[in-house]
Amino acid sequence: MKYTPHTEADIAAMLSFLEKSSLDDLFADIPCDAICNKEMNLPPSLSEMEVRRRCEELAGKNVRHRSSFLGAGAYRHFIPSAVKTITSRSEFYTAYTPYQGEASQGTLQAIFEFQSFICLLTGMDVANASLYDGSTAVAEAATLAMSETRRKKLIVSKSLHPEYREVLSTYLGTGGKAEVLPLPYRDGAVDLESLKSLVDKDTAAVIVQNPNFFGVMEPLQDIAAIAKGVGALSILVIAEPYSLGILKAPGNLGVDIAVGECQSFGIPQSFGGPYLGFMAAQGRYMRRIPGRLCGKTVDRDGQEGFVLTLQAREQHIRRDKASSNICSNEALCALAATVHLSLMGRKGLREVAEQNIRKAHYALEKISAVNGFSRKFSSPFFNEFVIQCPHDASKLTAMLDEQGIAAGLHLGRFYPDLSNCLLFCVTEMTTREEIDRLTAVLSGLSAAVRV
Amino acid sequence: MLIFEKSSPGRTGYSLPELDVPDIPLADMMPGDMIDQEGKHLPEVSELEVIRHYTKLSQKNFSVDTHFYPLGSCTMKYNPKINEEVAALPGFTDLHPYQSEGSIQGALELLYSLEQFFCELTGMDRFTLQPAAGAHGELTALLMAKAYFNHKKEKRSIILVPDSAHGTNPASAAMVGFTVVQVKSNEKGNVDLADLERLLTPDVACLMMTNPNTLGLFEVDILRISSMVHEKGSLLYYDGANLNATLGKVRPGDMGFDMMHINPHKTFSTPHGGGGPGAGPVGARGELVKFLPTPLVNHDESKKLYSLHFDEPLSIGRMKAFYGNFLVLVKAFAYIISLGKEGLLDVAHLSVLNANYLMKALSKSFHLPYDRTCMHEFVLSIRDWKDKGIRALDVAKRLLDYGFHAPTVYFPLIVEEAVMVEPTETESKETLDDFVQALICIREEILNEPEVVHDAPHKMPVKRLDDVVAARKPVLHWESEEL
Repeated sequence: MKYTPHTEADIAAMLSFLEKSSLDDLFADIPCDAICNKEMNLPPSLSEMEVRRRCEELAGKNVRHRSSFLGAGAYRHFIPSAVKTITSRSEFYTAYTPYQGEASQGTLQAIFEFQSFICLLTGMDVANASLYDGSTAVAEAATLAMSETRRKKLIVSKSLHPEYREVLSTYLGTGGKAEVLPLPYRDGAVDLESLKSLVDKDTAAVIVQNPNFFGVMEPLQDIAAIAKGVGALSILVIAEPYSLGILKAPGNLGVDIAVGECQSFGIPQSFGGPYLGFMAAQGRYMRRIPGRLCGKTVDRDGQEGFVLTLQAREQHIRRDKASSNICSNEALCALAATVHLSLMGRKGLREVAEQNIRKAHYALEKISAVNGFSRKFSSPFFNEFVIQCPHDASKLTAMLDEQGIAAGLHLGRFYPDLSNCLLFCVTEMTTREEIDRLTAVLSGLSAAVRV
Repeated sequence: MLIFEKSSPGRTGYSLPELDVPDIPLADMMPGDMIDQEGKHLPEVSELEVIRHYTKLSQKNFSVDTHFYPLGSCTMKYNPKINEEVAALPGFTDLHPYQSEGSIQGALELLYSLEQFFCELTGMDRFTLQPAAGAHGELTALLMAKAYFNHKKEKRSIILVPDSAHGTNPASAAMVGFTVVQVKSNEKGNVDLADLERLLTPDVACLMMTNPNTLGLFEVDILRISSMVHEKGSLLYYDGANLNATLGKVRPGDMGFDMMHINPHKTFSTPHGGGGPGAGPVGARGELVKFLPTPLVNHDESKKLYSLHFDEPLSIGRMKAFYGNFLVLVKAFAYIISLGKEGLLDVAHLSVLNANYLMKALSKSFHLPYDRTCMHEFVLSIRDWKDKGIRALDVAKRLLDYGFHAPTVYFPLIVEEAVMVEPTETESKETLDDFVQALICIREEILNEPEVVHDAPHKMPVKRLDDVVAARKPVLHWESEEL
């Protein structure tokens, strides 16, 4: 399939205008003998129907499980069909970055509304237009805290998503730029006594996740207070923002910066990307936050409009003095989240959150009633929980896979001390039948495995 | 009006099945003081109101599907619709990243094949598909450079960038803790070799550049530059933003580049989305491959199995949770197999043809700082009309009235009142001619009624927006009047 419109006649006319005899003449600048590619080993062109066929073939080699209990930073939530209707409008998805505001009021207002939704959810005064994802948002927040406090110690909860911690570590790199102190958990939640002993005047930030990787609800207000006591910033990471349907806004609990992931709002699991990072902060950090910011303004006639603003923080103006190098972010995903949140609205956010916590508690009750399976942590949880299994948890997940069930994540993958534990996620998409079927299968397997 | 201002208590735009498990009170499951009793004040609107609101917003935008976007450095080529369709297949969208490897073989095969295509097109040995954007890719490569020199126990703290470099280059370098030093461009618009020689000390880790450069000019001395850099033990990095000009014809690996990034949302037609999502695959050659972030996708020929490979002791680690912007990469894959060998070879030829055609057509009416054959983009300067009070920005805004998105303005920094034009290969001769006509008309206006240009745009949903007031008194989110 070709997307170039040039006919032989077009090319001839244009070459004639340029007084060149062939297309190759245009590349005369290039020392071709030395560097031009002799042979490209690429397949021949395909027609559109063949492209469709090939992609369907590849998609067909993947398994869409009949039921899934996987969460761990990627969530299966209901997405109203109207979200796709809007994000597939090509006036949105084939638009460019809104640098020319007059030609981009649609995109800009949508960004402003996204920023507003994030502020409403987190109780913060400022939110940016998006970051790549939750993990890189953590790294950006840590950088902000270190530059704001001029300190180098970061206290990072071990119940923060392991891959988010890996990314933070990669960004901090080697060379003594920062010191990361792991904060242990007790009964699945941050150990406050450990935290008190770890913070000191060199602490730039305390970084925790809520609900954390285990689904457990952390004592946020206490954590924020302990950080504040030594002049450190409290950074809250939210991987499952539907939890804000029933949890208090972190901005009202003394938290300085909230970052995380909005994939739960209108974005399918997508094999891990593209997702949607966000950053929100108390007003005093406004000029330090990375990423694009959309602000309200007026035009020459006094009419309301929107424009990218405070661009002096960004790479295209400040270059090596910029607060971050971020350029392209996740604008279309932010649009999806904005439309999603508009549809779900005040009542929907609450109702989804309540269904999640209730179904998760039902599932916990049923699973922990199966012989050999028990609840690992007694701490309160939202829509994910950890189950201690009788034997080899990874064998168990393989057996469940055969039954068309994607089991909870095997925690041994990240936590050696939890090698026989599974992290189950239950959302409003999980039916009672699925939970009951899971329980029945587990009973059967438990009998077989325990030999 | 904002969506929040259309809210009316009690309206809903969603539906859910009835709760099918016991309706336990929240306070029985969690501490009472953690419960948000009041709830978040999200708007309450119906589905129709949401659809109408966002549909009308979309109609205020310019987009590639409605307008020509000759934005230099952005490669705003047509976004094929088959790509959108295949990226929406449930067999891709519904995959959880932690599913068992046996259940994601199709996804892994796609990523592996895409990596092979990228290697073939660029001359790199391996690619990581994990970074989420070009700038993220730059950051990745610079972290790899740092790790590479640490491993060799060499202390190198400087990154060289041409004075024409894109802002993300120095910003990325600064994020890794390098010091950025600029290399001058000569009067031909290429890297000044004498200046480069002077700056290439043993403290230099890497020279970041692109070829063609941001002026749209091929760096004719690239092989010389490559030997100069490598003689000093430094690395050469290719910013893939301008890959469209030489795709498949000249491979960065053959020009001597050690690492590079690709912008699929430029060269490989994935849509810009109003500011993302894009992706930033990073390629590396030789010694540098072992520093790539993990996981990589490997293929076992004998077992015909694809797998995620994590065990790389020298890897810099991870740049992002999971594997990358997968659905964006699906679109790049579809584009490559659709164009195939013949189509991919056309990209460079026709994008360079279109750019030269436009440049010559405009050269009679506008100042060309570099009078030589360009590649896929070229730069004009609008400095001649300062006495009329007209700047590049004004021309950009007046073009909107003529139904064209403005080209890139004020970049690169080394050209005064720069206007960078990149038509791409998917535009027809007729569109290019119309664009030339519009600019000629604007030039007439500058000479005879400059206020029309100075006060542009006149026909857009809003008139010229006030940047100053936006920055001085920032209003960055909606606030309810009830509070």
